[in-house]
Amino acid sequence: MTPIEVISTARSPVTDPHVHVWGWEIPVYLFLGGLTAGLMILSGYALWRGRRNPRPEASFALASSGLFGVGLVTISLGMVALFLDLVHKPYVWRLYLTFEPTSPMSWGSWILLLVYPVLALGVLLDPPRVLRERVPAVARLRRLADSDRARRWFGLVSIAVGVGLGAYTGLLLSSLGARPMWSSSVLAPLFLVSGLSTAAAFAHWVTPVPEESEQLARLDNALIVAELAMLAFFLIGLVSSTEVHARAAALLLGGPYTAVFWVGVVGLGLVVPLVIQSLVVTRRVAHTPLAPILVLLGGLVLRFVLVSAGQISHWSRL
Amino acid sequence: MNLSRRRFLKIAGAGAAVAATATGGLVALGRSGAAAAPRERGLRTVPTFCDVCFWKCNAIATVRDGALWKIEGNPIDPLSNGRLCPRGTGGVGAVSDPDRLRTPLLRASVRGEERWTAVTWDEALGYIAEKMQDIKAKYGPEAVAMFSHGLGGAFLKHTLKAYGAINLAAPSFAQCRGPRDVGFELTFGEGIGSPERTDIANARCLVLIGSHLGENMHNSQVQELAEAVGRGATIIVADPRFSIAASKAKHYLPVKPGTDLALLLAWMNVLVAERLYDQDYVAAHGFGFDAFAAAIASYTPEWAYPETGIAPEVIRETAREMARHRPATLVHPGRHSTWYGDDAQRSRAIALLNALLGSWGRKGGFYTPASMTVPGYPYPPYPRSGRAKVDNPDHKYPFASEAITTGIRDATISGQPYPIKGWWVYATNLLQALPDQAATIEAIQQLDLLAVVDVVGSETAGWADVVLPEATYLERYDDLNVELFRQPFVALRQPVVEPPHDQKANWWIARELALKLDLAAFYPWTTIEEYLDHRLRGAGLSLAELQTKGLVRGAPQPIYYEDGVPPTFPTPSQKIEFYSVQLEQKGFDPVPRYTPPDPGPPGAFRLLFGRSPVHTFSRTQTNPILAQAMTENELWVNASVAQRLGLATGQRVRLRNQDGVRSDFAIKVRATEAIRPDCVYMVHGFGHTAGMLRHARGRGASDAQLITAYKTDPLMGGTGMNVNFVTIEQEA
Amino acid sequence: MSRLAMVIDTRRCVGCQDCVVACKTENQTPEGFNRDWITYITKGRFPTLSMSIQSERCNHCDDPPCVSCCPTGASHVHDFGGIVLVDKDECIGCKACVASCPYDARYMHPDGYADKCTFCVHRVEHGQDPACVSVCPTHCMYFGDLDDPESEVSKLLASRKHYSLLPEAGTKPRIFYLE
Repeated sequence: MTPIEVISTARSPVTDPHVHVWGWEIPVYLFLGGLTAGLMILSGYALWRGRRNPRPEASFALASSGLFGVGLVTISLGMVALFLDLVHKPYVWRLYLTFEPTSPMSWGSWILLLVYPVLALGVLLDPPRVLRERVPAVARLRRLADSDRARRWFGLVSIAVGVGLGAYTGLLLSSLGARPMWSSSVLAPLFLVSGLSTAAAFAHWVTPVPEESEQLARLDNALIVAELAMLAFFLIGLVSSTEVHARAAALLLGGPYTAVFWVGVVGLGLVVPLVIQSLVVTRRVAHTPLAPILVLLGGLVLRFVLVSAGQISHWSRL
Repeated sequence: MNLSRRRFLKIAGAGAAVAATATGGLVALGRSGAAAAPRERGLRTVPTFCDVCFWKCNAIATVRDGALWKIEGNPIDPLSNGRLCPRGTGGVGAVSDPDRLRTPLLRASVRGEERWTAVTWDEALGYIAEKMQDIKAKYGPEAVAMFSHGLGGAFLKHTLKAYGAINLAAPSFAQCRGPRDVGFELTFGEGIGSPERTDIANARCLVLIGSHLGENMHNSQVQELAEAVGRGATIIVADPRFSIAASKAKHYLPVKPGTDLALLLAWMNVLVAERLYDQDYVAAHGFGFDAFAAAIASYTPEWAYPETGIAPEVIRETAREMARHRPATLVHPGRHSTWYGDDAQRSRAIALLNALLGSWGRKGGFYTPASMTVPGYPYPPYPRSGRAKVDNPDHKYPFASEAITTGIRDATISGQPYPIKGWWVYATNLLQALPDQAATIEAIQQLDLLAVVDVVGSETAGWADVVLPEATYLERYDDLNVELFRQPFVALRQPVVEPPHDQKANWWIARELALKLDLAAFYPWTTIEEYLDHRLRGAGLSLAELQTKGLVRGAPQPIYYEDGVPPTFPTPSQKIEFYSVQLEQKGFDPVPRYTPPDPGPPGAFRLLFGRSPVHTFSRTQTNPILAQAMTENELWVNASVAQRLGLATGQRVRLRNQDGVRSDFAIKVRATEAIRPDCVYMVHGFGHTAGMLRHARGRGASDAQLITAYKTDPLMGGTGMNVNFVTIEQEA
Repeated sequence: MSRLAMVIDTRRCVGCQDCVVACKTENQTPEGFNRDWITYITKGRFPTLSMSIQSERCNHCDDPPCVSCCPTGASHVHDFGGIVLVDKDECIGCKACVASCPYDARYMHPDGYADKCTFCVHRVEHGQDPACVSVCPTHCMYFGDLDDPESEVSKLLASRKHYSLLPEAGTKPRIFYLE
């Protein structure tokens, strides 16, 4: 091997020694965005299927307003994180003076504009009593929300917007081709499935309806399996691509991120909850919040790993 | 960032009293003399010439809305061709340098503690004048010596000569180019000069021996080097380090440090043995060729191989390559040539090699610089001294053609042949420039007065009794630059902006001092404009013209023998002295003779140092623009050696030299294939210890600190400094 | 429509950083940030070595990912010569463009916006060369229009062997290096 020595005088804080423009805010936003998307898709699906809240009051059941309310909170927290990441904050309104069709971030900013009304309507479908009693208009709206047709249509809208939100978080990274780790078409579906999985885990954890618990545990198991498969495709894709991409994969397969990826994401975030929930659905152990919490944390760690390692991955100059 | 800051604080803490006490002085420095002026709008350009190094490129500075913006080469300048080097381009940083001296300072405690009292110019110069009069009364005016660097010292020298001082020296001779000039003077009767009379632009073969043009950023030379490379000229580089120039070379010869003379002798041996030299040229202009040929007959490439590490066939091939392109083969004489103590003889060998190739006086070799006449100002004659200069008593170094700094230092320490009690130091950092810092400090301790004029507070300023803050070159007039070059010119330096604090131009300082010393007769002019205009009118020019153009070029003249320059050699024989009778008469080798270098202690590495293209000496490390381009120096260590020692690139180490001196600060390792395993290399000028250089202190290591040993050139008193050896100590 | 480009002769370049310093003073870039930089690549074992020196900066790509990923249009291709620029008043500081550049040519200005080489558009529009080109003491840099077959850059590229950086990243860079 011929020794090669590369010396660069490039010295800018965010690119030296490698790009590190994004800290905790973006992974947190990507996680919360994915979770919100998953909640919208799951609840939307339940509504489309004509399911109704079996409880007398608004609840965390799939077809009630609770999860939409949670979505409002999670997406808002995500937006706060996103906003904190922006360095030119007073200029944020510039996002809404234009639509840039090639920019996933522009798509995302407009999708976020749709997310809020959908989540708000979701809350009004089954408004909590306080809201109903204080605001007469809400009570009147409820009669419309009782319409099966309206509920099914709304369910479809919620699914569509949720899929947009969930996929864009993956597209956002994969459009940045300068980072070989992110230049994978699997990233968008992976983030979508992960968002769904975390949403299913959350719903499983909070639903007051025993049958839903059961269904969501099974669904989450399927989603975890799908996510594991996506991760496998993701890694295989990188490894079998150019040497640059293989080196990017090596960050996870035998580099600085190997431990946190395999233990934090694959082990504790996916395999362990899959095992627990397999035991749950086969009635060998009782439902436990442990598994969903692990799935949620795993989803968060996944974003941290991919955002962080992705920034280190680089087209070699040699 | 945090780590390095903590590390710095730790170092600063360990640096004991010096660092702590420095702060007191710096508070005083905070006083600003800047006055609020009505704000200037728009763009304004001012032609002037650069002072970041001694090349003095002509430039045009641009002021935007009253603030200095940028400086670019003057398109009519033959030196820069309108393009400055990075230091020149970054020269604007000298004005905004956060560590600039702001006000005159008087020492407030023991020497070297860097505790100061801020004083007025009147107080500072009054104090100095009184001390100078005391010294004159007690020891005579010869007891005040001066060290200076560059054109800016002209007026101070004038004042001191008027006062009666005779001991004036610059490190540029005995610590830099002296041996080279002496070696060429002994051979051709003339030195190389500055800017060098090397015709790189037209060379078809360029030979560089340890000269690292490209890192050594002498503007015209680097431009011509690029031109030569672009034209496909053959470059031959002999250097222990794979320099930038080496990377452009067809032949890179990784010569063992200290054996360059053996390589040169072997090259000459091949040229003579194979009769490849310019026989007509040698027959026409040479003196003592047969004796020379006999003297070098034994220096065959086979003989040189074990000395230099360069294979005989490579020596032969490169010698033939040189012969193929003669007379347009330029064996570059280098500039900084105080390496091993046999430097004048090595330079003489370079001169002789050029003589064999017939390149002296010829196109592609050494041209004859063209000159123009700008008369000096008519001053009264300086007082005559009955005493000889102290730097070279009894002509111990018979061929020293300029004053020897270290000779003045020795006299200051010993008091012989007579005491030296006052030092003026202008724009040179003696502690980084002279070898053996302890001796310099010992000499300073003998003084009744040490006055330092500089732009930033160097280590030497830190030891001063009085520190005088000078306006930067962008804020002052200086004397005219009447330049010898391919085409001569006269150039003006003029202020672009006002000094931001209480800094003053050197001419003002020199004049005020003269007035305080009752030497008004030597300053018949009141303003510098008056002086400059008077001189320029003597040459048929005017200050107004120079203020507009920056420079005026003289008439083109022939510069090559082939164009009609008469070949003259002001040597004793009036010929090129292949054999030097004057050397023989003084007991030296009439033809250079090789002595192997001291290999140094086992396990130690020879310490080599050189230049960076973005810094000049130890003067520019606090310039905020240049500091960004290079913040600290690195220690080049051969990659295999580094592996054996367990050193990795980026790791910080300290160096300990053969005399047990340990570097004050840690330096980053650069483990690289690009250097021989028997030496290490660093860029000179870093590792500052001066408390007033807050933005440079502790960054990198100082080669000067580790150069405790030096070998004096017996011909001319130059201090060979590449004779120190270091071991590498890992930082805990 | 012209396509401005830079051609750099690596044989002549000595890596002195004059281009870096000139950019700094011309454009008053903030301390610690550089719009251009030098890469020195040394290959081989002592003493059989080779070194290439590259003055690098934004490649003003024909297919600039920094422009396509920008959510506000702040990163844009300028009408004049296809220079890739950032309008700091439209930039929200999302940093996607910084991450999207395979050359790491962008940085976040301390004032909050993405910043990078502008090919000195303020000079180029007045017929001057970019500061780095005009200052270079080795005359190793050339600037001109790729679409003009008579331009110096076109002629150099037609007559001399050259390469660009990371062509495999697919951005069609417009800085070329003569071998």
